[in-house]
Amino acid sequence: MIVKTIKVDQLARVEGEGALKVVARDGVVQSAELNIFEPPRFFEAFLRDRMYSEAPDITARICGICPVAYQMSAIHAMENALGVVVDGPLRDLRRLLYCGEWIESHTLHVYMLHAPDFLGYAGAIEMARDHADIVRRGLNLKKAGNAIIALLGGREIHPINVRVGGFYRAPRRRELQPLAEELKRARDGALATVRWTSGFDFPDVARDYEFVALRGEREYPFNQGRIVSSRGLDIAAAEYDEHFEESHVEHSTALHAHIKARGAYLTGPLARYALNAASLSPIAREAARDAGLGPVCANPFRSIIVRSVEVLYACDEALRIIDDYQEPERPAVEIEPRVGTGYAATEAPRGMLYHRYRLNADGKIADARIVPPTSQNQPSIEEDLKTFANAWLDLPDDALRHRCEQTIRNHDPCISCATHFLRLDVDRGG
Amino acid sequence: MARIRPRLAVWKFASCDGCQLSLLDCEDELLEIAGEIEIAHFLEATRATVEGPYDLSLVEGSVTTAHDAARIQEVRKQSRFLITIGACATAGGIQALRNFADVREYAAIVYARLDYIQTLATSTAIADHVKVDFELRGCPISTRQLVETISAFLAGRKPQTPPHSVCVECKIAGNLCVMVGHGTPCLGPVTHAGCGALCPSYNRGCYGCYGPMETPNAPSLSAWLGKLGMDEDALKRVYRTFNANADAFREESERHDR
Ligand code: SF4
Ligand code: SF4
Repeated sequence: MIVKTIKVDQLARVEGEGALKVVARDGVVQSAELNIFEPPRFFEAFLRDRMYSEAPDITARICGICPVAYQMSAIHAMENALGVVVDGPLRDLRRLLYCGEWIESHTLHVYMLHAPDFLGYAGAIEMARDHADIVRRGLNLKKAGNAIIALLGGREIHPINVRVGGFYRAPRRRELQPLAEELKRARDGALATVRWTSGFDFPDVARDYEFVALRGEREYPFNQGRIVSSRGLDIAAAEYDEHFEESHVEHSTALHAHIKARGAYLTGPLARYALNAASLSPIAREAARDAGLGPVCANPFRSIIVRSVEVLYACDEALRIIDDYQEPERPAVEIEPRVGTGYAATEAPRGMLYHRYRLNADGKIADARIVPPTSQNQPSIEEDLKTFANAWLDLPDDALRHRCEQTIRNHDPCISCATHFLRLDVDRGG
Repeated sequence: MARIRPRLAVWKFASCDGCQLSLLDCEDELLEIAGEIEIAHFLEATRATVEGPYDLSLVEGSVTTAHDAARIQEVRKQSRFLITIGACATAGGIQALRNFADVREYAAIVYARLDYIQTLATSTAIADHVKVDFELRGCPISTRQLVETISAFLAGRKPQTPPHSVCVECKIAGNLCVMVGHGTPCLGPVTHAGCGALCPSYNRGCYGCYGPMETPNAPSLSAWLGKLGMDEDALKRVYRTFNANADAFREESERHDR
């Protein structure tokens, strides 16, 4: 029997700390593990007894790459618990903020974390030696996303201007104008990015995923929508716990999310695109068509193209929002604390993010639950490895290892945000 | 002949990755910095790693596991200069809230299997474990101060990060004081400068993400905050966020912890 073990002890170009291990016997992959050794940070525990209003600032610290997603999910869940609906220009500003995060985070992933895999570089800085103009285009695009967050949120990482009920200060129309100029350039850069990534050389693989994403009534989803799947699921965020569960898997070091009685599923760009492509803006739809994506893309390596299409959409949508923006009368709606439970799911760049809070009458949090995208995608990532790696077993170790790393990076797993990933010591014996 | 560039390493401990992302967020300076410095170890950005020793180590995150307590010793040994970046590395970060609680209770809230959890009872700053040459504060650090710090290192001078309070920056920004003007509680008077008085510029009180300034008078501020309507529990919580374990904030929060 020939046993082959491929290990990568420290995954690079992902956020956080993780490792992977694939074991093959007689040429067949037996197991694939993505190990998370990010130390636990206990967010759900220390949210207890904090005021509802503190949750957006605290949960932002779960992840520096997608703090807006955490803030928005917490805010929407709180508003759900408190019976508040925020609409009109304030809702539009939240969409705009989310556009900024998608542009910034997706561009970081596309240019700095993922593209070097296809072009044979260790990272973007190495890539810049041969392709300075391309890397500069990426940095400029990312900067446009950050400019939105900095203006609306005060700063790029852990924005300070959002709150339950709205914002501390709403921008004036004229403040948004310089942003529009930058975004027009960014939109050209985003279009060029779709063309660029669609020319990469992709392994010819695909999997029959159950895709899960939000679906808005008419918009491509950011903050709101029903949770739908490619196999017929269609529920409100409040029903998430009835249909999804997290469990320990014996061979794994992390909590895995599953659809009850069905198993692994995938969230993120591929899922959003498969379930919402019709509500992309015309320019993004056209770019997707020209890039050869079809109505569903089931090849995870091509997720880099879908991500680029979403960047293009986010630039376009941001411009639309700025164009239509009317200054609100007040930056936030009044909030009265009350007993209640609130649920929300939003679309972080890497996939759906679910929050649930129970509030006491004085506005303090009695209980919090947060399910980040990585925890949801992890079973699918391992299944990708198990399925695809069989065909690569003849590659030399280094090349095989690189392919496996790429398979993980396809999904942009954000390991720091894995609030309840854990390190497992099987043989500690109590 | 190629110049010998100083070698930079970026290390991560318990954190959100936000402070090291600040380096990648220097969109205008990144390629220039990469020209001056050899990025020898920066896993978030590149697979390529060069063996130590390193001239400059940037350390993000706090120490929360026995493994990390040992790892920081290794990092120190390999680093000529060691700079901590952010509230996690300089004060234990938000995860230091466990220092005020029973960590086993915390773990039980989040996880089903307590025996699977490996963690220390505390989250501590890097300086509690090894000698630190310079501390850059903030949650997150500011990109402007990061560029200044790296430039100062390259030029062999001391970085200019003023020790005064956020109030000074607030005056420079020409803000109306939210405390005097609107009666909004603000930690600006005791908080280290660096953000440019961000929160007051957005009509909100400072929440102390840069940690305590040098010689803050927190008890006096608390008396003012009490007059603005904050009860003991609110006073405890306001000091217990991202720099909860920094001495001045910890002591003041404990004064209001009945
Ligand atoms: S200090 Fe704040 S931004 Fe920096 S790593 Fe810690 S939590 Fe993240
Ligand atoms: S608003 Fe806050 S930071 Fe600004 S002067 Fe007043 S107390 Fe100081």
